[in-house]
Amino acid sequence: MANAKQPILKNTPTPKAASKKPLDADRIVAALLLIPSIILVGIFVYGFIGQTMYTSLTDWGQNPAQALALNPELKYIGFQNYADLFTGLLDSRFRQDLVSTLFFTLFFIVGSLGLGLVLAVMLDQNPKGESFFRTLFLFPMSLSFIVTGTIWRWLLQPEGGFNQLLGTKFQWLNSREQVFQFNWQDIPFYTALVVSLVFFWIAFQAFQNKKTNRLIVAAASGLVLLLWGIIFGRNAEWVYPIPETHGFNLAFIGIIIAAVWQMAGYTMALYLAGIRGVPEDLREAARVDGCTEIQIYQKVIFPLLTPITLSAIIILGHISLKIFDLVFAMAGADNATTDVPALLMYLTSFRSNQFAKGAAISMVLLVMVAAVIVPYLYTSLRKDRR
Amino acid sequence: MKKVLAAVTVSLLAASAAAQSKQLEIFSWWAGDEGPALEALVKLYKAKYPSVDVQNATVTGGSGVNARAVLKTRMLGGDPPDSFQVHAGQELTGTWVAAGRMDDLSALYKEQGWSKVFPKGLMDLISTNGKPWVVPVNVHRSNVMWYNPAKLREWGITPPKTWDQFFTVCKTLQAKGVTPLVVGENWTQQHLWESVALGTLGPADYNNLWNRKLKFNSPKAIKVWENFGKVLNCTNKDASGLSWQQAVDRVVDGEAAFNIMGDWAAGYLSTTKGLEAGTGFGYVPSPGTGGSFIMLADAFGLPKGVKNRTEVLNWLRLLGSKAGQDAFNPLKGSISARNDSDLSKYSKYSQSAAKDFRTNKIVGSLVHGAAANETFMSNFATVMEIYLSTKSASKAANAAEAIATQSNLGK
Repeated sequence: MANAKQPILKNTPTPKAASKKPLDADRIVAALLLIPSIILVGIFVYGFIGQTMYTSLTDWGQNPAQALALNPELKYIGFQNYADLFTGLLDSRFRQDLVSTLFFTLFFIVGSLGLGLVLAVMLDQNPKGESFFRTLFLFPMSLSFIVTGTIWRWLLQPEGGFNQLLGTKFQWLNSREQVFQFNWQDIPFYTALVVSLVFFWIAFQAFQNKKTNRLIVAAASGLVLLLWGIIFGRNAEWVYPIPETHGFNLAFIGIIIAAVWQMAGYTMALYLAGIRGVPEDLREAARVDGCTEIQIYQKVIFPLLTPITLSAIIILGHISLKIFDLVFAMAGADNATTDVPALLMYLTSFRSNQFAKGAAISMVLLVMVAAVIVPYLYTSLRKDRR
Repeated sequence: MKKVLAAVTVSLLAASAAAQSKQLEIFSWWAGDEGPALEALVKLYKAKYPSVDVQNATVTGGSGVNARAVLKTRMLGGDPPDSFQVHAGQELTGTWVAAGRMDDLSALYKEQGWSKVFPKGLMDLISTNGKPWVVPVNVHRSNVMWYNPAKLREWGITPPKTWDQFFTVCKTLQAKGVTPLVVGENWTQQHLWESVALGTLGPADYNNLWNRKLKFNSPKAIKVWENFGKVLNCTNKDASGLSWQQAVDRVVDGEAAFNIMGDWAAGYLSTTKGLEAGTGFGYVPSPGTGGSFIMLADAFGLPKGVKNRTEVLNWLRLLGSKAGQDAFNPLKGSISARNDSDLSKYSKYSQSAAKDFRTNKIVGSLVHGAAANETFMSNFATVMEIYLSTKSASKAANAAEAIATQSNLGK
């Protein structure tokens, strides 16, 4: 959590002389104190990641007799488990889970950030009983996801509180309806689209910087890729033989509400700290220049909040990618309409005894979370070094 | 992660307790309404062996869905519970026995003369190559349809005997705004499926599904999914939010006409709800399954490498004894696995079930671990999802066939 606030401190000067000090007793003590945790982290984090990676490349669990044996015989089968997950006939649930996670992450982050910002701006108006409201909004964060999930499951029961209150009959946690559906066979097309957009963006930058060579190369690559995507990437039967639609399950709405309820207080606290950190001088200057209060937020404060938004996105993003307990408590492990990869990993490993496939799912999860965390760590470390 | 931590803590506590006195840890999923039955057994055990500290390690969750996951982490982590509950049949033989994790109980069976008192069909189910692996505590029936007799009279219907009759009754009831058949969360839907399968295929072809003589994507088996779809059209829409008890409650309250559930519902109805069998609640075999008995049994075994072997053997002796079975089963709502049980101790419902058990054709339950190994059982949930989201009988049937091949079903 400490990382989250780092960007605010980015202007603090870092001591540069540290590395030039001679080897003294302090440094030896420091090293001695660090070594045990480095070894433990090395074994229990990185060693076990390696173990999981190896497991995911074996056939552990394909033969029920070997699955739970004292010394199971594992056979190396390469990336077969991953290939099954992404293209196999029986693993459509995994692909739906990936789609669900992406939608869940999107709505969860947008919801938490939006609600947090609104609450922070409201509290910034110095209302009466500000500290009371601050505590009130921050309070849900002190609960665990299991508690939040249990409470919201009761509220969202088909005959329960929410439906009674609103007079609706919506199946909050068991609806089978989907929106934003798309065909899994179009995945190559969407991938090509995204990558070519990146190329076009590079080309645009090159155009602005007047670098003709780069402009031509980037634009041409983007165009070729896009054309390839349109011609070969749609309904790609070489990826998956049967059309398979996935989309956003409406049953997730209830879970998103609960998750936003839980985490909006946290983003509010971040934003409030950020807003309060904006020097009064800047606001005064803006007022003198004739800004209205709304324009002060628009033109002065919100741009200064960008680094906070970024770190909030990182924190919320990795929470949502690996979410397990909230969904387990709210909808149970068995409902595919509200399934996420972490739950599927649990079911695959500990119910079907397919440990290798479970390990493969965890590796996919690890890569997804790493994709969010690593760029952030990289930039923040680079900033520290400067 | 939390579960692993919990298991580690439990085992640490257990280790420290072991230093003080002899102890026995009983691992089961009998909580809530099924708890009193287990308590009765533990009480008997304590009366006989007062120096033993009995630990009740219960993991809640219907049909053992959570308990099995915890059990696996403990077994793989080298900390087996002294004795754990398991469904007799493929769930045991196809999983733990195949993995070489259980001790053979032949000597105990010989000592107690149990092979004479347990019926042959049951002995076949719990043995491989003539060696028994577990002591069955009870026998349950899965294909029972429950109803509220007073309400049925009010609506002017009688319990249907076939699925076709059921569909007619379904229309009548839906016109009155009553849910014809109430189902609950995921596993109870699979429970319903096995009743539909038996009712559609008959006992011979039903068994052929599990020994792979009948393919899951054969026209006969596809018909099961088609019927299942029609049955689902007669059910409540909020199924996945209901536990099996809540589903039974709807029948009691008169919001729904029928519920298909195993006969632990009889224990719930009479013990918890205080209703009288025959008048307070009614029961018939689920449509199309008259004369057949989908059986499941809970059992306990002896894992290899347990710390308290003598205590476990004493526990197993008690489980298999007439006194133990007759203390446990009337409270659990099940019937004794022994031929010589004292039927006068049992409820009116259980007496009729015991009679059926001795005369009907016995087949194994899928969702309760008798018919198929754990890998197939667990993946069958995926098949169910494929059906529920596509409503395509052939897609579900093909998926079931693929999973059956993948999980070495019937071998």
